[in-house]
Amino acid sequence: MTRRVRLGLFLLAGAGTALVLLAAFAGLPDFGARSHPYGARAVAAGLKHNTSNIVASVNFDLRALDTLGEEFVLFTAATGAVVLLRRLHDEERGEGTRHRYERDEVFETLRLASYLAMPVTVLVGAYVVAHGHLSPGGGFQGGVVMSSGVLMLYLGADVSALERLSPRRVFDVGEAVAAGMFAVVGLVGLMAGAGFLANSLPRGTMGDLLSAGTVPLLNVAVGVEVGCGIVIVLEMFLEQALLIRSLPDGDHR
Amino acid sequence: MTALLAASLLLVAVGGTAVVLTPDPRNQAVVLSMYGLLLTVMFVVLQAPDVAMAQLAVGTVVLPLLVILAIARSGGRQ
Repeated sequence: MTRRVRLGLFLLAGAGTALVLLAAFAGLPDFGARSHPYGARAVAAGLKHNTSNIVASVNFDLRALDTLGEEFVLFTAATGAVVLLRRLHDEERGEGTRHRYERDEVFETLRLASYLAMPVTVLVGAYVVAHGHLSPGGGFQGGVVMSSGVLMLYLGADVSALERLSPRRVFDVGEAVAAGMFAVVGLVGLMAGAGFLANSLPRGTMGDLLSAGTVPLLNVAVGVEVGCGIVIVLEMFLEQALLIRSLPDGDHR
Repeated sequence: MTALLAASLLLVAVGGTAVVLTPDPRNQAVVLSMYGLLLTVMFVVLQAPDVAMAQLAVGTVVLPLLVILAIARSGGRQ
């Protein structure tokens, strides 16, 4: 088949698919329609557990078992990155002298901006995690914001500074412990006789920082786990891209 | 379907096409970051702030960084 015939065939098939999709989308209810069967029940169940953020209630309370699996997806991705990007026997890790920037080699503005932005970003991420059951956000969102704050160390300095100031061991342990905490909090529900990951802690008044039972605890666990996991993955990538190079032929470590 | 929603959906479509049509992978990473921002705006217009926050952090920061580092590691070869 020549290229033009292939292109013509694709345009024909694409037009047919587009027509079918448009007809399907036109039959959907509008965005923000007043009645939605699942939405009505989810909002009622979430309010009964004194959680203002219904999305967080669905994630960590009503369907917490699904979130357990999702959290371990990121954990597995970080583990896979560590395994796949490990140093092989015919590679060595340079000292990074080629990529080391002295204090006056980094742009002043960039250094100042990252020094100022890093604590603010980590604090905003912690705020998003802590208020996950009250306002939009939650464990995953806050964890990613916190990890981007830590990576500003790389922006403001160089990769060696990032590795010195945020040692891998701390993040490895933090990620594993936080991932386990999710399951441990679920066991609290088992001990109370209500089922794994049931919301069995005291619920408090809606709108308080300490309310909604297990949802804040699970938020914190997911936030720490996601933050550490993303820092680990990006540190492995940075190390691979900047520091690891192949040994000359025939050498082995 | 308000005008704001239609405009944000159109911007997302244009952004996606722009990502695909950018030739060099290094430039594509930056356009991908911009596309992530457009997706965030669309999610906010659709009143899904949790999704928008997650998309903002992941699609604008983490994903283009991973792409650029992978390109740097592979020496720019395809």
